[in-house]
Amino acid sequence: MDNQLIKKARLRLLKMHYEANIGHLGGNLSALDAMVYLHSKVLSEEDIFVLSKGHSAGALYIALWVCGRLDDGSLSMFHQEGGKMTGHPVGGWHQNIPFSTGSLGHGLGLAIGRAFVKRLKQEAGHVFCFTSDGEWEEGSNWESLMFMAHHKLDNLTLLVDANGLQGFGRTVDIASLEPLITKFQAFNVDVQQIDGHDTTALAAALGLQSTQPKIIILRTVKGHGISFMEDRMEWHYLPMTEAQYRQAVLEVEQSS
Amino acid sequence: MRNVTCQALVDLYADSRFVFMTGDLGFMALEPLQKAMGHDFVNAGVAEQNMVSVAAGIASGGLQCWVYSIAPFLYARPFEQIRNDVCLHDFDVKLVGNGGGYAYGSMGSTHHALEDYGALLTLQNMRIFVPAFSEDVTVLVKKMGSWRGPAYLRLGRCEKPKDFCLPNYAPWRRLLSGDGDVLIVTGPLVGGFVEIMGQMDSTHRPELWVLSELPILPSDVPVELIQAIIAKQQVCVVEEHVAQGGVGQMFAHFILSRRLPVQRFLHFHAKGYLSGLYGSQAFHRKECGIDAQGVLEAIRQPHE
Repeated sequence: MDNQLIKKARLRLLKMHYEANIGHLGGNLSALDAMVYLHSKVLSEEDIFVLSKGHSAGALYIALWVCGRLDDGSLSMFHQEGGKMTGHPVGGWHQNIPFSTGSLGHGLGLAIGRAFVKRLKQEAGHVFCFTSDGEWEEGSNWESLMFMAHHKLDNLTLLVDANGLQGFGRTVDIASLEPLITKFQAFNVDVQQIDGHDTTALAAALGLQSTQPKIIILRTVKGHGISFMEDRMEWHYLPMTEAQYRQAVLEVEQSS
Repeated sequence: MRNVTCQALVDLYADSRFVFMTGDLGFMALEPLQKAMGHDFVNAGVAEQNMVSVAAGIASGGLQCWVYSIAPFLYARPFEQIRNDVCLHDFDVKLVGNGGGYAYGSMGSTHHALEDYGALLTLQNMRIFVPAFSEDVTVLVKKMGSWRGPAYLRLGRCEKPKDFCLPNYAPWRRLLSGDGDVLIVTGPLVGGFVEIMGQMDSTHRPELWVLSELPILPSDVPVELIQAIIAKQQVCVVEEHVAQGGVGQMFAHFILSRRLPVQRFLHFHAKGYLSGLYGSQAFHRKECGIDAQGVLEAIRQPHE
């Protein structure tokens, strides 16, 4: 993917969060590359994207902005009174935001329902679901994984933003599921593990032909692209000061 | 009621396509539906949270989805999925819970549904249907299928006396006239009242009403019922559900909102497991004092 596109997206994400004085940047930056790639290069009109890790709503809004599906006026309403641009997405008001998410462990079941009904109605299109890694501590996800595998939903791709950090610690220190790949493989689905910031690798992984549901584990870095945010848990929560915002912008502008 | 529900759904499916999901329950009841629906019938396994989310996803894709399980496994286990995935979006998902109240009797407390409609009515867009008799189920399944939105059907065991001539279905029905208190009952429990009161002289018995749809919409409350309340100033509500969020509280709210002149308001409701002992549905009803005989004796007591 064009580096300029991702730089543009990253700068806009920072601006939106800074102006709203809102945190949650870490998980947005880990997810942003893949979400921008999906929305700008992959998704067709028939496809559906379900953001299960609702706390990355910022990245979703920016991905839609990159594609021209949200404008600057909409982004200026992020977290504002009387708007719809909430910190966790509210579903239904925008064609590309089908579901309200934010409580973890819901998105995959919803995505499965969409994929299942597409199969029943013989409709075209693919469903993509995007979860976090900490979210896999939710039992409902494993129920969904069983269902998805059993019904061989080959019109569904699950992407896991594995940035290794969750709300109050590292995933390996809290309830480790690593190696996650072997857990998923045990369900007889096609699992790939890639650098989640390498969109060439993502393109290849998405292109794999399969008759099984597909899972792509995106090995990512929380706060990716901003030196003082990378792999630091506090950026799950903190808003930026003016000085931090200026430094972050500078780092993105100077990145290759 | 399960078999009647199954047949009603078979008939509904013949008219309009929907998806039916069961949480691995329905043996000796749902087989005809499974046969009629083919791939549109899904056993989602013992995984109710996923089942409800998937149902919401299916509904968002344009097909009505019915979801079935034993009542507490359907409203309590996946409550957040009902709240977030179904009700917040106003999706067309119909929940069918078998075993309202103490219906599963000695199977144990985990299988009882004592707070189902109270809990579900706190959710936006949710409508509740509580058939009192098997005949109601046929009407209600058709009614639920005919509009888009979340709903819960609370099934029990029909207790209609053999020779009782049931009036046509309505959300509110007067089953027996009488000169005594206004008595409002919800669910199959009412069958026992019909049985006993049917043998009493109308001058010595309450006026018996049954309510089958919730929440209580003021516009649905029949004029005849309001007139009876005004004339008698005594109301008694009976339900196989805890007091909190129950019909008694809802109807008390209606009475106060309408400023009806009620001098005596009695509410008989489920009280959990008072003795710590367990038994049949009849055992638990009697222990809580919601069985017909117990209620009728209690309301004959003079005013406190």
